[in-house]
Amino acid sequence: MSAGTAKVISPGALSLVQDAGRLGYQKFGVSLSGAMDTEALLLGNRLVGNSPDCAAVEITFGGAELEFSQETVIAVTGGDLDAKLDGTPVPAWESFRAPAGSSLVFGGPAGGMRAYVCAAGGIATEPVLGSRSTHAGSGLGGLDGGPLKAGDELPIGEPSDEPSALRIPNGLLPHRTSQLTLGVVPGPQQDAFTGDGVSVFYSSEYTVTDRSDRQGVRLDGPVIQAVGDRYDIVSDAVVFGSVQVPGDGKPIVLLADRQTTGGYAKIGVVASVSLPALAQAAPGTTARFERMTVQDAQAAARKRMSDLLETPLEDASPARAFSLNVSGQIHEIRLPNQPDPNTARTIQVDINGEIELVAVEAIGD
Amino acid sequence: MDFKILPAGDAAALVEFGDRIEPETNDLVYALASAVEAASIDGVVELVPTYRSLLVQYDLQATGFQELSDNLQSLAGEVRAPAEEDTSAKVVIRLPVAYGGELGPDLDTVATHNGLTQQEVIDIHSGAGYRVFMLGFAPGFPYLGGMDERIACPRLKTPRLRLPGGSVGIAESQTGVYPNDSPGGWQIIGRTPVRLFDSHADPPAAILPGSVVRFEPVTEEQYGQLKAKVDAGEYRLQMEGETA
Repeated sequence: MSAGTAKVISPGALSLVQDAGRLGYQKFGVSLSGAMDTEALLLGNRLVGNSPDCAAVEITFGGAELEFSQETVIAVTGGDLDAKLDGTPVPAWESFRAPAGSSLVFGGPAGGMRAYVCAAGGIATEPVLGSRSTHAGSGLGGLDGGPLKAGDELPIGEPSDEPSALRIPNGLLPHRTSQLTLGVVPGPQQDAFTGDGVSVFYSSEYTVTDRSDRQGVRLDGPVIQAVGDRYDIVSDAVVFGSVQVPGDGKPIVLLADRQTTGGYAKIGVVASVSLPALAQAAPGTTARFERMTVQDAQAAARKRMSDLLETPLEDASPARAFSLNVSGQIHEIRLPNQPDPNTARTIQVDINGEIELVAVEAIGD
Repeated sequence: MDFKILPAGDAAALVEFGDRIEPETNDLVYALASAVEAASIDGVVELVPTYRSLLVQYDLQATGFQELSDNLQSLAGEVRAPAEEDTSAKVVIRLPVAYGGELGPDLDTVATHNGLTQQEVIDIHSGAGYRVFMLGFAPGFPYLGGMDERIACPRLKTPRLRLPGGSVGIAESQTGVYPNDSPGGWQIIGRTPVRLFDSHADPPAAILPGSVVRFEPVTEEQYGQLKAKVDAGEYRLQMEGETA
């Protein structure tokens, strides 16, 4: 396996190179950008043996096609966009080998909005200001500052070591639902809203509109009243998840491509643990906001982060069939094909109801 | 001066000094930013100073809101605005601007709106020093303070889809410069050949907060010459440590 390229045959609706974001330059007005679903990026990178913040291709809504020049270990995580490798459905949240010349095609959304294609070695475009993330609005990152186009060839880095086939355990996978409950840490400008306005926000159902993008999710629902109708504040900095309420009283949750500063009052900030689900929310999804203390939100985020980073991944190696001849009787057994089929191992074999320990060792072809 | 430390979600804290746009408050914000940097607090990953507050983003695996606010509390309690003689000693950036004509298509609108001649608008706009309060909105975009109300003008009813980088505009009683090509609704009165943002430069923004910008009228011909120098990488931003 060598570092090859992923060629964009078709970018579909929107395909972008994204990593963990361009941290450290917001004071110069440079947006963070980065993967919308940060958990899917992290888990995808774990699956292929990359560091958690390596760059991947973020596919929005599907319709995209990538072709691998060399055999490459890849994983597809995040939203289910009906991915197929050379026509065969791809197992989601698993790493596997994409053969040289194979083509990964995305249909349409079957749950979630954004899928991540992580390749062992990572997408190795030239970093700009410390990051490969694309911020199309300011023309930074990716291949030439914009969304991927047909014909683009994305270099793939050299994998650090031979990645094995792995699977994310079910317990770590997101639960897709069309009715979200999002934790919110109040402030910093909750005082800009009337008591009734704040109650409306925490007791109403809001709907994700189709005027939502990487900058933010615009919600429709009951109007949140500001004190004296003053929704404008002296512009200040915003974060991933800031809930700003402009003059129409309808909340907007700011996401990865948000501008660095904003001039509308922010009633609260969506808790880190709730952001990945929001990043995957299709128009029509409903959301309710649930007040959380900063301490509770931090405890939840720490727990989630240690689960994401430390939960052991499952072996997803395809099993290989062998025949076992015991005193003239043939038994079929299946052995995982990883990490190295030639390694000696001891397995349990059920022979006519008796469990026997059998040592298996390759003796060459 | 009084300040408040507020959570901005579970991974950032906001230190707010009042709610007004004024140089003294803004000085405190930048003084605190320097103090936080100097203290190299564990877990702090990014600082975003704005008009009257400092956003401190942190890694919540390394620290927490309570612990961080204790640190910020003592640092913010100690910051003082620079002494008065320092406040006036700002770096002054001289930004050449070709006013009017094709490069400033809305100069006449601004003049007519205010009952002035085009030359009067140019004289007023280029006669003042503008404090850079913060960068934001787009890479390298400076929020400038101190424009004369006599040249204030509402935004365009229909924003332009594409404004060339360097466009100098007026919106209500604000003036600003678009660093890169972008859509925009400001009244464009001129253009500077200077590049305000370059991702290969360090720092990437040409105009930094705390400095003062002065616009210097140049002819279209001079604009062309300067633009050629900028494009060839031979232009050096003109600035001086001047006592205002």
